[in-house]
Amino acid sequence: MVNFLQHTFNGLVGGAFLALLALGLAVIFGMLRVVNFAHGAIYMLGAFGAYVLLTEVGLSFWWALIVMPLMLALFGMALERLVVARLARLDPLYNFLLTFGLTLILQDAVKSRYGVQSSPYDAPEVLSGTLDLGAFDFPAYRVFVLVMAVAVCVGVWWLLSRTRVGMVVRAATERPELSTALGIDVGRWVTPVFGFGIGLAGLAGVLAAPIRAVNPLMGADLIIVVFAVVVIGGLGSIFGSVAAGFAIGLVQAWVQALGEHWALLSQVLVFLVMAGVLLWRPAGLFGREEAPA
Amino acid sequence: MLRIHELSAWYGEAQVLRGVSLEIAAGEVVTLCGRNGAGKTTLLRCVMGLHQGQRGTVELDGTPLTGQPAHRRARAGLGWVPDDRGCYATLTVAETLSLPPVVGPAPWSLEQVYDAFPHLHARRGAPSTTLSGGEQQMLALARVLRMGARLLLCDEPTEGLSPLLVAQVGDILRQAKQHGVAVLLVEQNLHFATTVADRHHLLAEGRVVESLENSEVAAREKDLLAYLGI
Repeated sequence: MVNFLQHTFNGLVGGAFLALLALGLAVIFGMLRVVNFAHGAIYMLGAFGAYVLLTEVGLSFWWALIVMPLMLALFGMALERLVVARLARLDPLYNFLLTFGLTLILQDAVKSRYGVQSSPYDAPEVLSGTLDLGAFDFPAYRVFVLVMAVAVCVGVWWLLSRTRVGMVVRAATERPELSTALGIDVGRWVTPVFGFGIGLAGLAGVLAAPIRAVNPLMGADLIIVVFAVVVIGGLGSIFGSVAAGFAIGLVQAWVQALGEHWALLSQVLVFLVMAGVLLWRPAGLFGREEAPA
Repeated sequence: MLRIHELSAWYGEAQVLRGVSLEIAAGEVVTLCGRNGAGKTTLLRCVMGLHQGQRGTVELDGTPLTGQPAHRRARAGLGWVPDDRGCYATLTVAETLSLPPVVGPAPWSLEQVYDAFPHLHARRGAPSTTLSGGEQQMLALARVLRMGARLLLCDEPTEGLSPLLVAQVGDILRQAKQHGVAVLLVEQNLHFATTVADRHHLLAEGRVVESLENSEVAAREKDLLAYLGI
């Protein structure tokens, strides 16, 4: 029982990263219809940025947690203005290829300077211990990651469902042309939404730095799983991607817990689940069928 | 109020509007009749600024709208009532009503809207796509009245509605008209059109082939129905 709880907890922490990344992808896809392949590279930049801030500038984890998402959000907004927007009228494949190329550039740029070995990054002092939560001791930092991720997901949900800005973004996402005819300047929301999604990936990266190996390829390994998560949740569905993120994290941890030879299956499992979901519901668990254009 | 001059439009190579000119004064209801494919919806989309590939000018109260994006035109006072009723699955009825900005001098308040459409009040928390067809149409009309739009662009607002609801749409349009709102109405239902409109333009193959005062329609009904292919 205690073991099961521990695996469940680890699954939720793993799911927290998937959920944060999938949430950013879903927000961006919903508004721009761009599948941002560079999302994994941004996550890596978040983690590396935290490492560089600490080792070269002397800024602590807490500073990195604020500075990196903001910097990357600004980077994302510039990127959207300078290149993504230019391809927006073309086939979505062009932006997919653009962000794929960008991924390779960012990875190699980091690789050429810091090499491929993992860089050590310690959790902040206050969170280095464990938290006694009854059944057993949880690593305090992982509890922090889970709390942060849940808080951010709830915050985004609140923003989208309870504020005027969220209402406008929902309208612009669902029916861009109708919304412009009703007086909404849809174009004005595209850049901030893109930056916001990128910022979420950066935040996930900073949170990952103390518990995941910080290296140039850390995002490339994760992003494929995140794509599967987004597809399972339903492309563009905010709630679906968050729910699927946590669910896949849990399932992976439980299967891993079955024993060593199950570890391989846990890697493949997400894609099996994706295939099954697609056969059963082609639009994903919470996705809506796209209306024929 | 609205002046359309020599408006032409294309879908790729195919020309769908060929030099259409017409004017609408404040408080006037003008219909566009014609068979499917005559260019009626395209004309509305051109006025709203939703159609790429158009030539000619559109002016609202002397201000040229040509080249302006749709959201600016809406803010200048155009009210969009699309043929699919323009509902959102991710917005409630109340949110759908309050989504557009208030753009005109005499917007309806939310209370006025709910007084006039008690059904919308009862369903205000429901996603707007879950309303019945008639309720969706009322929502689309209520929304542009709440904006205070000065010119309504209505694309077949009576299509698929029961006679009772058609009469209600007529009441709303006449009420708007009394407040000086102008309406450009695409309508297949000639009988309904004569109950609300001041003038009618018959569109065929992208041209205005005939313009009639409402009083002339009765005498020419047979010709017109033949034109509409009914």
